Amino acid sequence: MSDSNPQSGSPDKEPASEAQAAQNALGNTERAGTTTTPKAPEPQPKPSLGRLFLDNLWAANTFTVTLLSLVLAIVVGAVLMIVSDPDVLHTYTYITARPADALNSSWTLVSEAYANLFKGSIFDPEAFSGWVNGSNGWQAVLAPISETLTYAAPLVFTGLAVALAFRGGLFNIGAQGQATIGVILAALAGFLLPLPPGLHLLVAVLAGALGGAIWGFIPGILKARAGAHEVINTIMLNYVATYFLTWLIVQNGVQDPTRTDAISKAVDTSAQLPRLLGDNLRVHAGILLAVLATWAVAWLLNRSTLGFELRAVGANPDAARTAGISVTRTYILIMVFSGILAGLGGSNMVLGSTASALTPLVVAQIGFDGILVALLGRVKPWGVLLAALLFGALQAGGNRMQSYSGISLELVTVLQALIVIFIAAPALVKAIFQLRAARAARLQTSLAKGW
Amino acid sequence: MSTMAVPDVAVAAVDEGFWTRTRKVGLTLLALGLLSAVLFGALATDQQARFTLSDDAAGAALEINGTIGAILFGIIAIAAGAALLAGVPKRWFLPVLAVGLVGFVLSFLCWQVSAAPTGQNFMPLVNIIRGTFILALPLIFGALAGVLCERSGVVNVAIEGQLLMGAFSGALFGSISGNVWVGLVAAAIGGAFISLLLAVFAIRYLVDQVVMGIVLNLLAVGVTGFLYERLMQTDAEKYNSAPRFSNWEIPLLKDIPVLGPALFRGNIFLYVGLLLVLVIHIGLFRTRWGLRTRSVGEHPIAADTLGVKVLRVRYRNVLLAGVVAGIGGASYTLALYSFTKNMIGGKGFIALAALIFGRWNPTGALLAALFFGFADQLATYLGAINSSIPSQFLAMLPYLATILAVAGLVGRVRAPAADGKPYIKG
Repeated sequence: MSDSNPQSGSPDKEPASEAQAAQNALGNTERAGTTTTPKAPEPQPKPSLGRLFLDNLWAANTFTVTLLSLVLAIVVGAVLMIVSDPDVLHTYTYITARPADALNSSWTLVSEAYANLFKGSIFDPEAFSGWVNGSNGWQAVLAPISETLTYAAPLVFTGLAVALAFRGGLFNIGAQGQATIGVILAALAGFLLPLPPGLHLLVAVLAGALGGAIWGFIPGILKARAGAHEVINTIMLNYVATYFLTWLIVQNGVQDPTRTDAISKAVDTSAQLPRLLGDNLRVHAGILLAVLATWAVAWLLNRSTLGFELRAVGANPDAARTAGISVTRTYILIMVFSGILAGLGGSNMVLGSTASALTPLVVAQIGFDGILVALLGRVKPWGVLLAALLFGALQAGGNRMQSYSGISLELVTVLQALIVIFIAAPALVKAIFQLRAARAARLQTSLAKGW
Repeated sequence: MSTMAVPDVAVAAVDEGFWTRTRKVGLTLLALGLLSAVLFGALATDQQARFTLSDDAAGAALEINGTIGAILFGIIAIAAGAALLAGVPKRWFLPVLAVGLVGFVLSFLCWQVSAAPTGQNFMPLVNIIRGTFILALPLIFGALAGVLCERSGVVNVAIEGQLLMGAFSGALFGSISGNVWVGLVAAAIGGAFISLLLAVFAIRYLVDQVVMGIVLNLLAVGVTGFLYERLMQTDAEKYNSAPRFSNWEIPLLKDIPVLGPALFRGNIFLYVGLLLVLVIHIGLFRTRWGLRTRSVGEHPIAADTLGVKVLRVRYRNVLLAGVVAGIGGASYTLALYSFTKNMIGGKGFIALAALIFGRWNPTGALLAALFFGFADQLATYLGAINSSIPSQFLAMLPYLATILAVAGLVGRVRAPAADGKPYIKG
């Protein structure tokens, strides 16, 4: 009614400032959680800091819900381990006679598995004591972290891709397909173009981004021009991309001439991302790019005009159109940027240390995992980074758990899915643990709007 | 509440000038026809293209000279395209389009079959039809599960997970009990379990339904993969050797030429699937349950005002969908293969595509599923005759077709109005 001056952006002031407030609140709680010294909200100075801390600890804020979701997922994972182990299960047949048997064997099984998960992803005390004694080098101590970062890097990109689209009101399930096309172009640039070292890497990385951009543009323009729902189109394009990859690998000039199975030539060393901690550790420069991308997306979303338009369209496309924002242009740009990020994730997979040639499974699951990462990170850039680190850790630890405890890597998939399910339904977590209502945090992850 | 909200853009109005949708489709068809008459005609050889009415090269056959056939069927497609371009009555649109597309496919087949290596210039129709239906089977069940869910307003992206869980529990409990029927019930319960999670989280906790579907798919892949490695791989004899349904021959129907041996001498799941299409179609459009389901999916507030228990209808339909999809999963493990990790491999998403392609309608979904099944079977066949067409491109066909359908080229595709929107009473 009173928006006489649309140029000043007044029609959108309210939603923007609201989002800002929510973000500040979230940022606070998250920081509070990680450093365990929460900041007291200014207005009510009455209760003591310790009291507030305890209050917040058991309130349904983002941090507590995330932590408890993790706990719940770990418990369900433990149950799965127990019921799938015939020996342990057998002890439960006489649990009334000798309960200690059942409890002990279950505890041994579960604790050993999770201990390996931890040792494989963060810190292995044996490697540390070995380093102190001099029986192994410092690399062994850093190996778990290196693995975690290696797995996390591509997930940061795909997670950011999904999160960015979410903020603009689009559900990009196509990060998988965009990463696939990205991986293809990155690899092609990596072994077809004869370029000098530094430039070659740059070109290969950008080729990946270009591939993702193309594959993101298609659903973007279909959404903007024909109103075709992006969820459907991105799902379909995922499969088109996968089939294209399996076809391309076995073509002349792409397939490794010395091999008969489906594998391409290897990417030149001049196009590979440099390793950060020597050749024995797999962590590579991709993780630095990932941090850079996180910063860039955070800046884009919160500080740039495009980010403002994007959030406005995401909050209410009709209002955004009324305010003079071109919704169609924004939709296309969102999908292109989202595709670029996913494509970068793809180039990470083939230019980094995970693989150096195209195979049908070279992209792994990074696109789908990216959806989980985005949700776990509450569709905030820095949250996505943390979530990707957690998922990377689960993946890295899962490998050790598989080889040392014989627990299938699939358990990691289960854990990841469960964490996100619990996070998506904070009301459930709240009910299970009888949490207090949250003070400020908005715990809604509901974003898309059906078909 | 949410009745006024129009989530999609849809500002690009359909231009109602000379280039109506019918004319655009006609032009596309005309171009396809020209392509097939010229290109396929040129590439086809003088070999006879034989379409045998049996499982192999023997027996009666429909024969046509490859070049002549390719050109002739191409001309049919051109004619159909021209008819649409010139303008036909509205009710003739679909039949003419169908004739044109069939002409295009036949022209393509004439080229492929005649260009096959000598001695293989035949296409065994019985084999092709049987393969089409077998490959379409999980899609039919999956798409029906989608129809049940989405007609009542719950988006079902978890079809993949429901099929997988059905296949897994069918195999597991079928093996443990040694009884197919126990396996079938277990499969239905397995599918319903994923559905239950979807229903509770989508309806009770208002979680975004697409998100939930995706996550549930991953959960199903994880749980079945984990238990597969822990149980089935270590002791396949005990946990992964489910008995199979034996073939059932249907009297009378099995003697129909071509269709009899192709369809009515085998898979029990096929009969169940076709029957379910019929039952759900009639149920949806002719019964009280169907009316309530559709009203809840289109306008839950109005339905609620009239005394329909919106949430109860949704819970019931979502669970039913899980049962249907679970049985669909069992059509793998209790009839054809033993369970392997992630054995559904994306069929759930093609089923979703079939659902959309079939416009949320059971019969439409069946036709779409058959079309996708045919594309799949054709890829296998062309691989066998060393075709120059890469099988991967044929495998892309369902997905590309769906994208075209959703983009409005084949017809306006519209989901139930309240699909994906949680209902909060009050």
